[in-house]
Amino acid sequence: MDILKFITAGSVDDGKSTLIGRLLYDSEAILADQLEALHASNRKNDDGTIDLAILTDGLKAEREQGITIDVAYKYFNTDKRKFIIADAPGHIQYTRNMVTGASNAGLAIILIDARKGVIEQTIRHSFLVSLLGIPQVVVCVNKMDMLNYDEEAYNKIVGDYEALAKKVELSSVKFIPVSALKGDNIVYKSFNMPWYAGESLLTYLENVDIKVDVKASHARLPVQWVIRPQTDELHDYRGYAGRVASGTFRVNDQVTVLPSGFTSTISKIEQLDREPVEAITGMSVTIHLADDIDISRGDLLVSSAAQPQVAQLIEVDLCWMDTRPLDVTHTYLVQHNSKVTKCRISEVLYKVNINTLEKQYDEEFKLNDIGRIVIKTADPLAFDPYQLNKANGGAIIIDSRTNVTVGALMLRSAVD
Amino acid sequence: MSTNNHLDYLDELEAEAIYILREVAGQFEKPALLFSGGKDSITLVRLAEKAFRPGKFPFPLVHIDTGHNFVETIDYRDRMIERLGEKLIIGHVQDSINEGKVVEQKGKNASRNALQTVTLLDTIAKHQFDACIGGARRDEEKARAKERIFSVRDEFGQWDPKRQRPELWNLYNGKIHKGENVRVFPISNWTELDVWNYIRREKIELPSIYFAHERDCITRNGQLMAASPFLNMDEEDVVERRNVRFRTVGDMTCTAAVESYAYHIDDIINEISESKISERGARMDDKVSEAAMEDRKKGGYF
Repeated sequence: MDILKFITAGSVDDGKSTLIGRLLYDSEAILADQLEALHASNRKNDDGTIDLAILTDGLKAEREQGITIDVAYKYFNTDKRKFIIADAPGHIQYTRNMVTGASNAGLAIILIDARKGVIEQTIRHSFLVSLLGIPQVVVCVNKMDMLNYDEEAYNKIVGDYEALAKKVELSSVKFIPVSALKGDNIVYKSFNMPWYAGESLLTYLENVDIKVDVKASHARLPVQWVIRPQTDELHDYRGYAGRVASGTFRVNDQVTVLPSGFTSTISKIEQLDREPVEAITGMSVTIHLADDIDISRGDLLVSSAAQPQVAQLIEVDLCWMDTRPLDVTHTYLVQHNSKVTKCRISEVLYKVNINTLEKQYDEEFKLNDIGRIVIKTADPLAFDPYQLNKANGGAIIIDSRTNVTVGALMLRSAVD
Repeated sequence: MSTNNHLDYLDELEAEAIYILREVAGQFEKPALLFSGGKDSITLVRLAEKAFRPGKFPFPLVHIDTGHNFVETIDYRDRMIERLGEKLIIGHVQDSINEGKVVEQKGKNASRNALQTVTLLDTIAKHQFDACIGGARRDEEKARAKERIFSVRDEFGQWDPKRQRPELWNLYNGKIHKGENVRVFPISNWTELDVWNYIRREKIELPSIYFAHERDCITRNGQLMAASPFLNMDEEDVVERRNVRFRTVGDMTCTAAVESYAYHIDDIINEISESKISERGARMDDKVSEAAMEDRKKGGYF
């Protein structure tokens, strides 16, 4: 059994929370006391059936307003997979919350209201999914019941979306006609749409291939912590603890420490009471090197054969997440893996109107604005372009005055 | 463990939790691990061994003791600390009562559970902890489902759900001002069943009250409570000998038992897989209102 993390993106009335509620309800992931609370609630659908959306609204304000403000995480599993849903709000006001939910997702469900088709919000959600590099996309055309399950209406939306997908450079898009309210094609295949030959949403989620090709990405391990017991019997013990961000490290591999550039070979890989011969993507391990070199938290161990870029002047995509606009005169902090260093904005290139995808050249980045800038860092960052290696290409900006995370960075390339 | 170069779900959850623990070690000056004696914090201790051995833990364990604990829990705690050779700090709710900082609740449903928050905040202030690692999971409750893994609390220990920091990829921002602290939840993404499967896989010993045993109980508000000197009882309460176990381990006055014949961990996992009552359903403190947990967290509860 493996884990699929996915995000659901839809706008306020697309029935996103209902869709998640339906997935949980029909896959029997709701327990008795939660169900009891659900039935006891005063919120009902127009036809008197229980409102499944309640299952995902966790905060008082959300229940009061009937909307989703923050990302809620939901868990369920079938015999085939463990699922983690990041239920993110769809409204433009909460773009930063959607970016948060999308950053860890392996798949995105984009909801389209069949009556409305591809709208501005669909463009925005699809652009964000592409920007965040989510590998798989499922478009659920919802509320098919309200169009009498009309195949032609569905086909038109599919056509429109395919054009959009090309424009925002999304590959691997799957389409499913559904009614979250009625349960059509969510867990069970619908009898109302015999013209749809594909599988239900859950069946698709259970079977979609999410294996990353670990051999294709280069070996990277940010050092988080140096283990040095300094006891008599472990006097010379020095282990570099971290989680493999990408690729595979093996005993005897030659590795380079960045940014210093020292090289050594891996003498041992440890996991408490085990000594595996290799550490694959995602494993938390302790690495020992043959040579005694100076390594500390913030350094990056990489395969000497395939090294990342090391730079201080870097072109990046930025999503601004703070109510106070980006201040080009201020010195911020940037956190990339286990490294934190100061940074300044060296150039603002453009902003993207995320509803129309047009470039804009006004300078100010306000809350939820997305665009491209060049940053200059105090210490060099050892990074891979985000679109090639998410694990070593994402970074955040922290405002040293408030300590709040104010921006998401997708690193692109070193600037000469 | 890994098949086709891909981590199994328990390995992935474990690796993520170890990563988070090491981030705490790397980012904070004075972290602490909040240890309750329950299965979730016991799991955290195992994960800390995986993260830091053969070195020492870069933090002490902290137990907020209501004075109304199950003896089995305290016994387990003391044996565990001895085996680990790590430091344990105990914050006593009784001290907070003696100092007049909190007042013991009265009446039939009196419990010290709510008083813990004050003792916890005092213990944090006294030792100047800047990060407290806890075993909370997002599947436990609706408000927790929205909480970040690094959850910043203000100087009053309060959680403000509307001012949560964005948390992207695996980048956890632990920067805080003096007086603030961060609650860190390494097993946020685990479900109750995941924890049990992990305990089975790792062969982790648990306090005996998790397994079926005979015990004197009374029935309160439809739930089975262990009869104890800490529970305010009157002539209406009928003490019965029942075969029970506990799904969570908290204060004796607020942790309900379930009728059970699950003597071994395999029985428990079967029981939970088929169970129709979620774990927090056995906590009376959450039943007060739909927003009970959200309100308590805003007040500084863990």
